[in-house]
Amino acid sequence: MNHHRIFALAKKELKKTIREPAALFMIILFPVLLTLVFGTSFGAIGGTQLATYQIGVVNLDSTGTGQNWSQSFIAALTGTQILKIQTYADNGTAQYDLVQGKIQAVMLIPSNFRDSCDSFWRYPEEPSSWINTTIQLYLDSGSVFATQAIPPMVQQVLATSAFAKKQASFSMPIQISNPSLISVGKFTTFDFMAPGIFAYASIFITMIVAQSFVTDRENGSLRRINTTPTTPAEFMMSQAMSNMIIGLIQVALVFTTAYVIGYRPKGDAASLALAFGIITIFSLCNVGFGLITATLAKSAGAATGIAFLFILPQMFLGTFVVSALSQSAQAVGRFVPSYYVTDAVTSLFLRAAPPSSPTVLFDVAVVSFYSIGVLLVGIELFKRRSSF
Amino acid sequence: MTDTDDEKGKEIIIDNVTKKFEDTTAVEGLNLAVEKGELFGLLGPNGAGKTTTINILCGLLKPTSGSVRVGGYDVAKEAIKVKELIGVCPQDTAVFSYLTGRENVELFGDLHAVPKDALKKNLEDLLNKLGLQEDANQRVGKYSGGMKRRLNMAMSLLHDPEIAFLDEPTVAMDVQSRHAVWDFIRELKSRNKTVILTTHFMEEAEDLCDEIGIMDHGRLIALGSPSELRDKYGAKNLEDVFLQLTGRRIREG
Repeated sequence: MNHHRIFALAKKELKKTIREPAALFMIILFPVLLTLVFGTSFGAIGGTQLATYQIGVVNLDSTGTGQNWSQSFIAALTGTQILKIQTYADNGTAQYDLVQGKIQAVMLIPSNFRDSCDSFWRYPEEPSSWINTTIQLYLDSGSVFATQAIPPMVQQVLATSAFAKKQASFSMPIQISNPSLISVGKFTTFDFMAPGIFAYASIFITMIVAQSFVTDRENGSLRRINTTPTTPAEFMMSQAMSNMIIGLIQVALVFTTAYVIGYRPKGDAASLALAFGIITIFSLCNVGFGLITATLAKSAGAATGIAFLFILPQMFLGTFVVSALSQSAQAVGRFVPSYYVTDAVTSLFLRAAPPSSPTVLFDVAVVSFYSIGVLLVGIELFKRRSSF
Repeated sequence: MTDTDDEKGKEIIIDNVTKKFEDTTAVEGLNLAVEKGELFGLLGPNGAGKTTTINILCGLLKPTSGSVRVGGYDVAKEAIKVKELIGVCPQDTAVFSYLTGRENVELFGDLHAVPKDALKKNLEDLLNKLGLQEDANQRVGKYSGGMKRRLNMAMSLLHDPEIAFLDEPTVAMDVQSRHAVWDFIRELKSRNKTVILTTHFMEEAEDLCDEIGIMDHGRLIALGSPSELRDKYGAKNLEDVFLQLTGRRIREG
């Protein structure tokens, strides 16, 4: 494998993208324009997606027998009609939903909750005999309602349900912790669309690759390259490399554009790097689809049309429009690779999932497997068609 | 690489090669040997099998039967070795219009792994000889047809190959460009390069070639130096030779 040849051919492909207006528009300008249009339209006036206010409750109370104070407390919270209670088996899941914005608060009922209540009722006038404990409360710092209203409301319900007091200010063995504020952003419509737009930008590589290969085949350039010592592996490697660079440039430009107009993804630098990485890998899949298209197409014009057979399903079933689709259409989307790219980037940027989370790793694995498979099929078919 | 006594000194050996495309036989039972430093002309009308022969020689097509050795290597088995030795100027001007003339030539220098210093020297030399220096930094999309054809040749010869396959290099060229290319081909010969030139221009073949093979309908119908062929058929030029052999003029196809 001669790196010199690979770099020379990759450089040629990059120059083509930059110098040919049609390719430049489709690969670079169009995704940026799309991001600008959607970002300004759905970011500024999209509003929030949160219509309900919910508290996640993790009941760790497992002590004693007799009256189940924690269940009474939870029932009382539900009875307020203001707070919607969602119970969780563990704190981790509840916290996960909190950071995703599905709920506004997480309340941890301590394991000695019942003992504490029992001690109060055994010695109502002797605070020194009470078993003191604390309810942990985690709140969405971005929600005015959560930070201002939930703590006193929980305090009030606790006082009335567990201690039969009208006033929440009286002395009780159970305290509400200083709420830990969790930063949960309100999501605009664009926040939900952006991961799909990142994937969408890369899809059009299919068309550009197909047109490029068919044109080079038609005008004899491929045959000409084949008269040099360049091996098929070197040639295909150069195509993969140049299009991965193009994919990386695309996502960088789209991300920068989105950022400039106010998009602020969750996640840290590692999440950002992984998101860029998965989209770059995805560009290999589109090179593969481009090669399959070039195999089928007899002219550059036909390549454009055939390319849409690969572009449209990926666009509608796997990118920013997927959230508007029916359940069945979304299920079909699981067969297109862009679905997993969008899902991974959504997990990283919207749900703040760590790069090591199983969902993200699964998506990366599917996209990698899909991309390498499609690329190999594309290379094999194109080699047969073009004798390269 | 083992040479028999017959093969010694032969740079190209075509042994009973036939090439069929479905129902069409493009080349049939072709036997040919070209010595090192020889400028060999393949002459014939369009469709005679000249380009198919070139494509077989440079490894782009596999013969249906027969074998080909170039530079001592079996083309079917050692294609990469062959491609390191050869330079191919295709009949179609296969150039990249979005690159400059200089970039096109440099690209093929890189593909042939020419060292940077040699590439730079050869590039300027070649651009000068083919009259492309002035417009070398312009994108090829703006070149005239003649300039593209000269560039086509420069791209194939930058790496200074031992064997050059020039497939109709002067077709559709203006007179000035044609003479520049002829001079260039003569210089290749003076440097002991082996050149296979296909053409249907009789005067080009007659003027440049040491040896000529005349092809028609995929078969080699005559072989010899221009003077030998003229003498053998009592003809005043190669056009007459072809007329006597086939009963028609070469440009009639």
